[in-house]
Amino acid sequence: MVSAAEPSIGLRFENVDKRYGAVYALRNLTLAIAPGECVALAGRNGSGKTTLLRIAACLMRPTRGTLSFSGVAENQNPRAGFVAHASMVYGELTAKENLLFFAKLLGVANRQQRVDNLLREVGLGERKDSLVRTFSRGMRQRVAIARALLADPSLLLFDEPATGLDSEATMWLTGHLAKLRDSGCTILLSLHGESEIARLATRAVRLDTGSAVADTRSGATFQSVFSMAGG
Amino acid sequence: MTKRVLLGAAAVLLVMAAAYAAFFVAPEERTMGVLQRIFYFHVSCAWAGLTAFSVGFLGNLLYVWKRKEKYDWLGVSCAEVGLVFTTIVLISGPIWAKPAWGIYWTWDARLTSTFILWLLYISYLLLRTLIEEPDRRALLSALFGIFAFIDVPIVFGAIRWWRTQHPAPVIMGGPNSGLAPGMRETFFFAVFAMHILMWFLIAERYSLEKMRGDVELLRQEADET
Amino acid sequence: MGLLSNTAALLGKEVRTEFRSRELLSTTMVFVLIVVVLFSFTFDPTTNESHRFGPGLLWLAFLFAASLMLQPCFLREQVNDTLSALRLAVSDPFAIFLAKLGANTLFLLMTEVLMLPVFAAFFNVSFRGQLPGILLTFFLGSLGISVAGTALAAISAQARMRELLLPLLLLPLLAPILVASTEVTVSLMAPEPFMQWKGIGFLTVFDVVFLTALWLFGEYLLEE
Repeated sequence: MVSAAEPSIGLRFENVDKRYGAVYALRNLTLAIAPGECVALAGRNGSGKTTLLRIAACLMRPTRGTLSFSGVAENQNPRAGFVAHASMVYGELTAKENLLFFAKLLGVANRQQRVDNLLREVGLGERKDSLVRTFSRGMRQRVAIARALLADPSLLLFDEPATGLDSEATMWLTGHLAKLRDSGCTILLSLHGESEIARLATRAVRLDTGSAVADTRSGATFQSVFSMAGG
Repeated sequence: MTKRVLLGAAAVLLVMAAAYAAFFVAPEERTMGVLQRIFYFHVSCAWAGLTAFSVGFLGNLLYVWKRKEKYDWLGVSCAEVGLVFTTIVLISGPIWAKPAWGIYWTWDARLTSTFILWLLYISYLLLRTLIEEPDRRALLSALFGIFAFIDVPIVFGAIRWWRTQHPAPVIMGGPNSGLAPGMRETFFFAVFAMHILMWFLIAERYSLEKMRGDVELLRQEADET
Repeated sequence: MGLLSNTAALLGKEVRTEFRSRELLSTTMVFVLIVVVLFSFTFDPTTNESHRFGPGLLWLAFLFAASLMLQPCFLREQVNDTLSALRLAVSDPFAIFLAKLGANTLFLLMTEVLMLPVFAAFFNVSFRGQLPGILLTFFLGSLGISVAGTALAAISAQARMRELLLPLLLLPLLAPILVASTEVTVSLMAPEPFMQWKGIGFLTVFDVVFLTALWLFGEYLLEE
């Protein structure tokens, strides 16, 4: 998926704050992610995982501090593939129409073919002409993932991707994430606790009240990073 | 602290002096008599209001650019103070119009435009009450403030053109049309006095807003420890 | 992938979605009809006076209808957070605004054009021969309403009481549109019709100023 010509993307958060009035979602966060790493972000609700991902996606700006990317041109948006809590697709359009629309915006080459391939890959080949609002949560997640993968991004961001998925869908997701990891994409995923998905990661970081408090890169074990994360 | 007290005292004294000048120093106008003297307040308040909104506009632009709280404090202070002066204009207009024309409101171009101006800034303040999160509130109200302010010249222009199509009684005639010598000094003195008052009111409102910000900061720090 | 092609793709989607359900168009048209009928109870539409009142009431009806019609614009992008998906996919966020204001202008224009013969019948006005002028006025007026309305819809979507807030913010701002459009339309529907170019000038100035402002500040309206 990541061709040899495209370098993988690295990120560096330096002293990043994100404030909502009196509340700090992120506080003095410093975190460097190397190209090609697959990082699991652990932490309780409200620890700042979603905020970190939205800033990494360039949907939000930090109140203070900087986020810089390696492997992209200066001031260029890295165009990350982002899968959030919300499906980010239109309920009143079909799966195929949604993907064709976003592919058009992104300037994807050979749109029709790419969309058909992706839909088949995520297992929605049969249901591609059904309206997304008729889909189950698991199927919407698959459309969301297909949407994130349309432009072949080198940076992927997943916000609790397994929430609400049944075991079959979770198995499929785990397999798919493994493939993406092995192809060299940089992946950040946020998780509640240890699970099969967490085991895909090459590194784990725990967030607590907006700062990084444990990191397997600095010696903590995977287990310790996740076990204190709570349910 | 003393600077503020001095500014306040100066403002009060100047306004009182301007009032004295308006009633006792300026020559009486031939056709309208005593009634015309309200003009010194009506027009000087209009100018002070517009100055306040202009400074607020700059504050809004600066906030969008720099994102520093203090520009938001400036923006809201200027909007409120400008609104006070604009309200005085809207009240003094009818006070003049009733004895002069027999009706309270003539839909005169300047007064009508001023009414729209007043509505725009009331909306600005209303918008602020409907957004809780301070950074969002600051950004969105700054953006609305910018849109509102750039509309103001178009509003005044369009309504004036409309009024040339459908003439109606004009409140107080043109402000600089044939101001006799004694009147001109009084008028500009009143403008000056109102601007000092405006400056004082904005400064006070600004420091109130700043204090609120400081209290919030202290409360956050207390929560953390 | 550039601004124009993004705008075209987004505009295509907005129009296609609307034509599938037609809910915005139908509710807007019915609303304008209701307002026009109710207005007619407040004065006698058959006298010569109606030449003067009629167009003003028509434009008021358009303005009220627009302040309701413009709300879903950004609210519907909040449902599944598709606004974030759009922001991630387009190269220039201004494309999102251009497409939405283009779609809104189109829908408003369609409503107005369909309402014109109805209005002419109700108020006994003739506009024969003046159609180009009237269409120009409708276009410039609707464009102004849409530019300001789309920008303010982005603001009100992020506040409380958003259904009430948009009309509150929008209607004072659109005063010049109401004044200028009414004046030009009145002259075009007069017994001896003529074109008021100065009014057209005001409409154009409004449109250009606000389009420029939207271009300069649009991305901040979409910030999180």
